[in-house]
Amino acid sequence: MKSLMQAVIAILVVCALLFFAADRLESAGSKGNKDTITVFNWGEYIDPDLVKQFTEETGIKVVYETFDSNEAMMTKVQQGGSAYDIAVPSEYTVEMMKEEDLLIPLDHSKLPNLQNIDPYFLDLAFDPGNKYTVPYFWGTVGIVFNPTKVADHLTFTTWKDLWDPSLKGKVFLVDGAREVMGMGLNSLGESLNAKDEQLLRQATDKLITLSPNVKAIIGDEITPLMINNEATVALTWSGQAQDMMWENEDLDFAVPEEGSNLWFDSFVIPKTAANIDGAHAFINFMLDAKNSAQNNDYVGYSTPNRAAMDLMDPEVIEDERFYPSEALRDKLEVYENLGLEWLGKYNEYFLEFKMSIR
Amino acid sequence: MRKLSIGSRLYLVIVFFILYAPIFYLIYYSFNSGGSMNEFESFTLEHYKAVFEDSRLIVILINTVIIALLSGLIATVIGTLGAIGIVSIKDKKMRNTLLSLNNVLIVSPDVVIGASFLILFTMIGVKLGFASVLVSHVAFSVPIVVLMVLPKLLEMNTSLIDAARDLGASKKDVLTRVILPYIQPGIFAGFFLALTYSLDDFAVTFFVTGNGFSTLSVEIYSMARAGITLTINAISGLVFLVTVLVVIGYYYFNNRAKLKNGEVRR
Amino acid sequence: MFNKASKGSLLPYVIWIALFVIAPIALVVYYSMLDLKGNFTLENYQAFFTPVYLKMTLTSFWYAFLITAFTLLIAYPTAYFLTKTTHKHLWLMLIIIPSWINLLLKTYAFIGLFGLYGPINAIVEVFGLEPQQILFTDFSFIFVSVYIFIPFMIIPIFNSLDKLNPTLVYAARDLGASSFTTFRRVIFPLTIDGVKSGIQVTFIPALSLFMITRLIAGNQVITLGTAIEQQFLVSQNWGMGSTIAVFLIIIMVVIMSVTGGQKKGGRIR
Repeated sequence: MKSLMQAVIAILVVCALLFFAADRLESAGSKGNKDTITVFNWGEYIDPDLVKQFTEETGIKVVYETFDSNEAMMTKVQQGGSAYDIAVPSEYTVEMMKEEDLLIPLDHSKLPNLQNIDPYFLDLAFDPGNKYTVPYFWGTVGIVFNPTKVADHLTFTTWKDLWDPSLKGKVFLVDGAREVMGMGLNSLGESLNAKDEQLLRQATDKLITLSPNVKAIIGDEITPLMINNEATVALTWSGQAQDMMWENEDLDFAVPEEGSNLWFDSFVIPKTAANIDGAHAFINFMLDAKNSAQNNDYVGYSTPNRAAMDLMDPEVIEDERFYPSEALRDKLEVYENLGLEWLGKYNEYFLEFKMSIR
Repeated sequence: MRKLSIGSRLYLVIVFFILYAPIFYLIYYSFNSGGSMNEFESFTLEHYKAVFEDSRLIVILINTVIIALLSGLIATVIGTLGAIGIVSIKDKKMRNTLLSLNNVLIVSPDVVIGASFLILFTMIGVKLGFASVLVSHVAFSVPIVVLMVLPKLLEMNTSLIDAARDLGASKKDVLTRVILPYIQPGIFAGFFLALTYSLDDFAVTFFVTGNGFSTLSVEIYSMARAGITLTINAISGLVFLVTVLVVIGYYYFNNRAKLKNGEVRR
Repeated sequence: MFNKASKGSLLPYVIWIALFVIAPIALVVYYSMLDLKGNFTLENYQAFFTPVYLKMTLTSFWYAFLITAFTLLIAYPTAYFLTKTTHKHLWLMLIIIPSWINLLLKTYAFIGLFGLYGPINAIVEVFGLEPQQILFTDFSFIFVSVYIFIPFMIIPIFNSLDKLNPTLVYAARDLGASSFTTFRRVIFPLTIDGVKSGIQVTFIPALSLFMITRLIAGNQVITLGTAIEQQFLVSQNWGMGSTIAVFLIIIMVVIMSVTGGQKKGGRIR
């Protein structure tokens, strides 16, 4: 009993000390600012120095919270209970959030830096007139591969190359129903937004013929595997491909010509916002050419900020793999919000394919 | 006490080696100047420097530890009392029902727990943050405590309690002088495994947190998309080192104190 | 006598059950009867009885069984030898500490360790063998799962072995029992409660393992836990996700009543 009581007291004392320490650290960081905004973003998806700089310039303290999937983020915003002033969803989630009435319209007069954005990335189908969104980063879905380890004739400018018999047990796919089913549909020459049971069936059958080549269907862990030369061919997002190629210079990336996906992550102000002015100030700050260039340096994804691109290393922005020309971009499709029923069907077919890979 | 044979020593060495291998792997790469857990380039301490410069990360770490310790403590109290209550139930059906209910949270995937707790909290109107995370961690740690305490209680000889009662011990005395000391190893086991549950939880915390409160797990999981930085390796390495030192230090002093007092370690 | 001393202690526990077990179960059952549009339906239950989900149930069972069996096989001797060491409580603590380091990080470490160019294959090559594909195999999946559950199995077994009265063992040996007979007839039966507890805290969560099915098994193993995760977070079909969760809970209750059957109700032996 004595040792139990001792343990209880020890734990309480340690907690009290830690509370005190955390409190001191937090108040030291904020310097007594009352104005705060809460940014809800993917982890490691912003340069922390910029966040500090924003606080120095405006006096607004930034609380940074992170999420690991669009859907989980949306659930949190939907349920409320926490004041998120800015979130960074992908475009199909923007559509869903619009549908659910979870977004606050932007006041463009407070976002003068919006003019820095390449007009190509404004006024897109998922948000006409940029009523709710400001583009943050964009990219494609394609194939990252190791040219030193695959047969020379494989350039992955066509999806067919994935079916090449020499790739038996070598292909890694990203664990996303839209991405994989989309690839199946694209390889048949169909739209990756198809709402047609028969086409989905065909795409699934086509994918099942790919099974012998598929080593694994995984998520973000693909990055270390590609870097370590564990994997030779992977279907993934361009942003991750950029991360991989940064670390492993042998790798190459291609977006097949039959078409693929074009994606956007955007700033939005969700309904939960408590400091709408602060949120606008933050978005505008991030749109600044210099800041955006600096952020791009840190994150490494493709930026839609034209003014920032002028400040960046020309080698980066001239890389057609990550900044494809407009002609190429026009072949790509943006995910449409399929609605839950069709999303469910895509997932059921994807599950069927997944169960076939062993 | 008989000495362990070479074979059994070797067995233990292998088990320990495997348990610690991934941790040493993480720590090894925390000294990598290369920036990721691939190819070791050259030795650097920059990631450790980064830990101390990042006050947000340190606050998150402190939050994580506070939540783990407090939730572990509260869950241990509730769980221990619950386990004592469960064994006192005579009705076998009732007992099994309680035990089944106890295990529901162990079998439920984190998303289900997280989502239903979130709905629960927003229904009641609880402000999301420290309190909601703490309560949730207590909630999912209680069952493991019960399951750790239960076998000790079942082994306990009832005649011990009867004897104590016959000798005029009050209910409270029976609890504090007879039952608790006997089941103490189970209580500690429950507490330590509750810490494991709490420290490892991502999904539940993610759903029920808010207003800037975050734990290390949430940070780490949401970094996966853009790549986990070696700063995280460094902070984990530090946590690991401190934990090992605290445990060994505590054990050493405790033993010495006991020797001084002439107590025999049970 | 035990009863009177302890009935009152149930109160906080029962409150916990009501708030955090009964209420969520009610929610889950409610959601399981809703379709995507929020209408009342039993379609989800129908959907569960399709080959896909039944196959998944069997897979989950099979792997949970394998994981539990291997964990027990490794944990029991470990716990037994640990009780014989001089600083046994310290060693026990050192078994738990690795479980306090974030699981995702450790999984990434395993991906590195098991890799074609990782340290394990480096050793394999020293022996002149070809590098082996370890990741994305049943072996790696079960290995990492066992790794996760080992402390949960060792601790309860250690606790029951630790208090085992050594005179019983000596008596058995004096009476001429071999080590194996002593173990089978004396030690093992006396630690059965610890073993049961260990099996429960391994088997039950192993049924709903999810993250490492993707990270380590590359989705070649799909368990009910993975399916629930997907339904909630990807398809956003909370109805179907909840339905699978309901079945998981039912399966768990069945297991509980089967393994709990031999316990003598109300008596503490």
